[in-house]
Amino acid sequence: MAVPVGNALFGDNYLSHAKGWKSWLFTLDHKRIGVMYLVSILASFLLGGVFALLIRMELWTPQRTIMDANTYNQMFTLHGAAMIFLFIIPGIPAALGNFVLPLMLGAKDVAFPRLNLLSYYLWVAGAVLALVSIVTGAVDTGWTFYTPYSTTTNTSVISMTLGAFILGFSSIFTGLNFIVSIHKLRPPTMTWFKMPLFLWGLYGTAIIQILATPVLGITLLLLIAERALGVGIFDPALGGDPVLFQHFFWFYSHPAVYIMILPAMGVISELVSTFSHRHIFGYRFIAMSSIAIAVISFLVWGHHMFVSGQSNLASLIFSILTFLVAIPSAVKVFNWVATMYKGEVELATPMLYALSFLFLFGIGGLTGLFLGALATDVHLTDTYFVVAHFHYTMFGGTAIAFFGGLFYWWPKITGRMYREAWAKLGAFLIFIGFNTTFLAQFIMGAQGMPRRYYNYLPEFAPYHKVSTIGAFILAIGFVIAAGVLLHSLFAGEPAPANPWGAATLEWQTTSPPPHDNFETQPIPGDPYDVDRWVFDREAGGYVLAPSGAAGGRV
Amino acid sequence: MQPVAEFEEVKVHGAESHVAHHFPDAKAQVEAGKLGMWIFLATEILLFGGLFCAYAVYRANHPEIFVYAHHFLNKILGGINTVVLIFSSFTMAWAVRAAQLSQQKKLVRLLAATIFCGFVFLGIKYVEYEHKWKEGLLWGKRYKPAHAEVSKPKDVPPPKPLISVNPEERSTLPPPAVPPQGLSWEVRAASQETVVPQNVQLFFSVYFVMTGLHGLHVVAGMVVLFWILLRARRGEFSSAYFTPVDLAGLYWHLVDLIWIYLFPLLYLIH
Amino acid sequence: MAFGFLAAVAAGGIVMVGLLLTENGVMLPPQASSVAPAVDSLFKFIFWISAFFFLLIVGLMLAFVIRFRKRPGHQKAAHPPTHNTLLELTWSGIPLILVMIMGVWGFKVFLDINTPPANAYEVQVTGQKWKWLFTYPNGYVDEVLHVPVDQPVRLVMTSEDVIHSFFVPAFRIKRDVVPGRYTKLWFRATKTGKFQVFCAEYCGTSHSDMLTFVEVHEPGGFERWLEAASNLLNTLPPAEAGRRLYQSRGCSQCHSVDGSGGIGPTFQKLFGHEVVLKGGARTTADENYIRESILEPMAKIVAGFEPVMPTYKGRLKDQEITALVAYIKSLSGEAQPEGGQQGGNHGSTGR
Repeated sequence: MAVPVGNALFGDNYLSHAKGWKSWLFTLDHKRIGVMYLVSILASFLLGGVFALLIRMELWTPQRTIMDANTYNQMFTLHGAAMIFLFIIPGIPAALGNFVLPLMLGAKDVAFPRLNLLSYYLWVAGAVLALVSIVTGAVDTGWTFYTPYSTTTNTSVISMTLGAFILGFSSIFTGLNFIVSIHKLRPPTMTWFKMPLFLWGLYGTAIIQILATPVLGITLLLLIAERALGVGIFDPALGGDPVLFQHFFWFYSHPAVYIMILPAMGVISELVSTFSHRHIFGYRFIAMSSIAIAVISFLVWGHHMFVSGQSNLASLIFSILTFLVAIPSAVKVFNWVATMYKGEVELATPMLYALSFLFLFGIGGLTGLFLGALATDVHLTDTYFVVAHFHYTMFGGTAIAFFGGLFYWWPKITGRMYREAWAKLGAFLIFIGFNTTFLAQFIMGAQGMPRRYYNYLPEFAPYHKVSTIGAFILAIGFVIAAGVLLHSLFAGEPAPANPWGAATLEWQTTSPPPHDNFETQPIPGDPYDVDRWVFDREAGGYVLAPSGAAGGRV
Repeated sequence: MQPVAEFEEVKVHGAESHVAHHFPDAKAQVEAGKLGMWIFLATEILLFGGLFCAYAVYRANHPEIFVYAHHFLNKILGGINTVVLIFSSFTMAWAVRAAQLSQQKKLVRLLAATIFCGFVFLGIKYVEYEHKWKEGLLWGKRYKPAHAEVSKPKDVPPPKPLISVNPEERSTLPPPAVPPQGLSWEVRAASQETVVPQNVQLFFSVYFVMTGLHGLHVVAGMVVLFWILLRARRGEFSSAYFTPVDLAGLYWHLVDLIWIYLFPLLYLIH
Repeated sequence: MAFGFLAAVAAGGIVMVGLLLTENGVMLPPQASSVAPAVDSLFKFIFWISAFFFLLIVGLMLAFVIRFRKRPGHQKAAHPPTHNTLLELTWSGIPLILVMIMGVWGFKVFLDINTPPANAYEVQVTGQKWKWLFTYPNGYVDEVLHVPVDQPVRLVMTSEDVIHSFFVPAFRIKRDVVPGRYTKLWFRATKTGKFQVFCAEYCGTSHSDMLTFVEVHEPGGFERWLEAASNLLNTLPPAEAGRRLYQSRGCSQCHSVDGSGGIGPTFQKLFGHEVVLKGGARTTADENYIRESILEPMAKIVAGFEPVMPTYKGRLKDQEITALVAYIKSLSGEAQPEGGQQGGNHGSTGR
């Protein structure tokens, strides 16, 4: 079998295939759509990050530091909304997933390319509407839009919620596309249990996107109707029930947490196996745990309302189910650690992100136990403990995995290698900065510091100062990481087809791939049979070992 | 390297055969389309699912509101609309059959009949809405029953005793002078001594949101069917290629199905 | 580089554990209620389980990275295991048992937190933007929650506007305060002193200033306090009593006393002055005008303000209204806007 070993940067590839801005804006190529998503999502991340730094600067002192209370309230709302709706939820599936999924399947595109482009433009429309709300009077409700605050506040809630509603449709269409692609474009020889674990993660994600997002849609529609027409479904003054909004909202937003983490877990499965140069340990347990998480995630939303006044029995059930969902996550973590056993661990930049993930997600997951247990949740909920917990899972989990995946697939996307030493420095600073920022928040949260506080009691000041310093270390780490990637675009070495020695199909085409993805149709095998790949000095990357020499060493 | 822009290329493909370049064959494409449509329908059901949940919660907590207020809905018009929609489902199914048999003229006529049924449905809905508008029987804060005395239905049953609060739960405090809105039914009912339950507007909020969203779906379905009709007139569909008719039909049936649930839940309460 | 990274990982882990080990000093606030020790025991249990698993995972991870790192001369195993069902079932099963223990334990303590004893003393709590009001059984309202030590207290809570949440860290209790319904909370304070109360559910501009205290009195002290406090109309000069009412009944949310703007007109130099009403009519702010504005707020709206004030009919007694009028009168004085000594000569300041 002829497997391309080289770089197509100067030949025909998806980037050079057609020229001009129209060829990008109207493209139906999943790779180009993925790249457009990537650029847009990274811009949103930058925006959300700037909001975060402003928040941390304001919290440097217990009283006013740089902005007034209303501005602060808008800042944390915008930080949350931008990071969640514009960055984390679409981050891995829409940007990396779009690029990688058809390649991993050995397919030419996703099932519905036009729908894919529509998803992208819906994302743009939603993002623009959300940004319009900043100009037209900002939103100060928190990203959760709890009623009746959100129906009475004097800010542009409608524009923001309409934006989120449209973003929801973007998310639904992406999920729909992925499910159909995995069902119908999978080559006959790639059985379900020969599928890369990243695809299992995306499949589980897509199920949640499809089944949960419409409920968010109707919730936001009712909120808009409430504000615009005074429908009153959630308005206690008109006989409505404000807590019903919370049930609706979390019926989406808790599964949404798994929309964020499942694809991240998929990325980590790829990274750990590739950079341990070893077959993933416990493939079936990891694959099935993705589906188990997707299913159970629908039944735990009530754990956001342990102090909202639901019945004790409901709280008990939600608490137990919450603990159940911890198990498949724990299984994955153990299996990843076991994958490194007796392997050949290579500490390349993506692997550093994967190790960071194990460390940070470990803390994030374990602190979730404090919040799943009813008695301790009563004390900890709505404090900085929760803030730290979900940053450890969403940022330490999803965002770190996203950047790991970005550094992993970067050579495939751009055809360029980046400077390892600087990239590692970036990863290191991100890790240190992140822990500095959020470990302090666990402690002040447990002591009772409530979240979303503009002024705070002086006794919490030392923790806030540490946290703010950490945020700036984190920012420096990201500046370095961004610099490394930008530098590689202009001065990076051309990337080989398979720089890491991974066995999934996307590495069996040139970097960057041609317009039709593959010159010759690849033959799917075991996606983690990395022993068949050996380093070839001439190619600068890994090539298929001559048959008979499987597992051979160089 | 091909000079043709990528998006044009696909278009060219599409015109020649209906198989896009990334599908191995026509069968795979048809199956993908159907699977995609079914998944989309699932999301639609969940969209309405939220409203059905809201309905269930309020009906369970305030059954007296629903029993009282549903008498203001016109069962006859609702019933006619139900029949109209069921009939339109029938013409739609027949249209798909016609497409499969390459009966072009019949297909166009049946599609037109289905769209016509959609117009009849919307027309009747308009009459109902207009009546409610005049009576002031609107949602939430727009609820201002203008002629409540005149149009008060005759067969209103005496109000049932409300769900009583567990005596243990009852506060020993005297009721506040201005009780919190919403939960203060007992205090208010005792003072007003009337058969009209509190918060009737809740029913109309639910009614307008549910039928309104359904109405929007009917309109969307009609737009899709009209587009299919135009394509059918150009003779695009035959036994070899009828997927769009099929998928539009699935959507139309779903819209009908939702009404089949809405009608008894809103109009036929006991 | 790689080893620096790993060393930092290890150091970070150790620092974290070191910080958390001193949990009674750093991690949790003092215990001041009957449920706090039970909550803390569970917290410690989960903490130690978590610490064990965290160190296990990170320890193994670091050990494997160091032991099996890619380097000249290191060979990976030819055929390492790709799965081990027994092992995987074990590490699914043991955590499952542990978290179920946490779940049931958490529920048991939660029931204690949520089940008030029958003889609890009841206080009504009202949350509003952005203050707490506590109504005692005799009708007295205060901004600070005063309770007796070692006696169960039940709070019946509701909100006048948006959702708030009543949170006392030292008591380990928290409950949302929702408009349109009553939520309940109880506690038995075990220590005397002042304990911080937070609003824990985001409620707008001054959410972070919606603070107050629980003041726990020694045995007998609470009754003495309540008697003295409830009698303020009889024991204090009317203007001073009015000032307290202005603070505790929510007037201060909308009406300033220093001339600054607000949702309603300021009280500074209001009494005796001419007021322009919506529509252009004019009237003089005298005793009757203020009384009417309190009882029928919609009757005369001052130009430039929205008609948003709720009626206080039935919520303020005549004597209280009189005290408020006296206070507003005192604010029209020349230099001293407030203070007890002002109360005596309020009659001469009106114009």
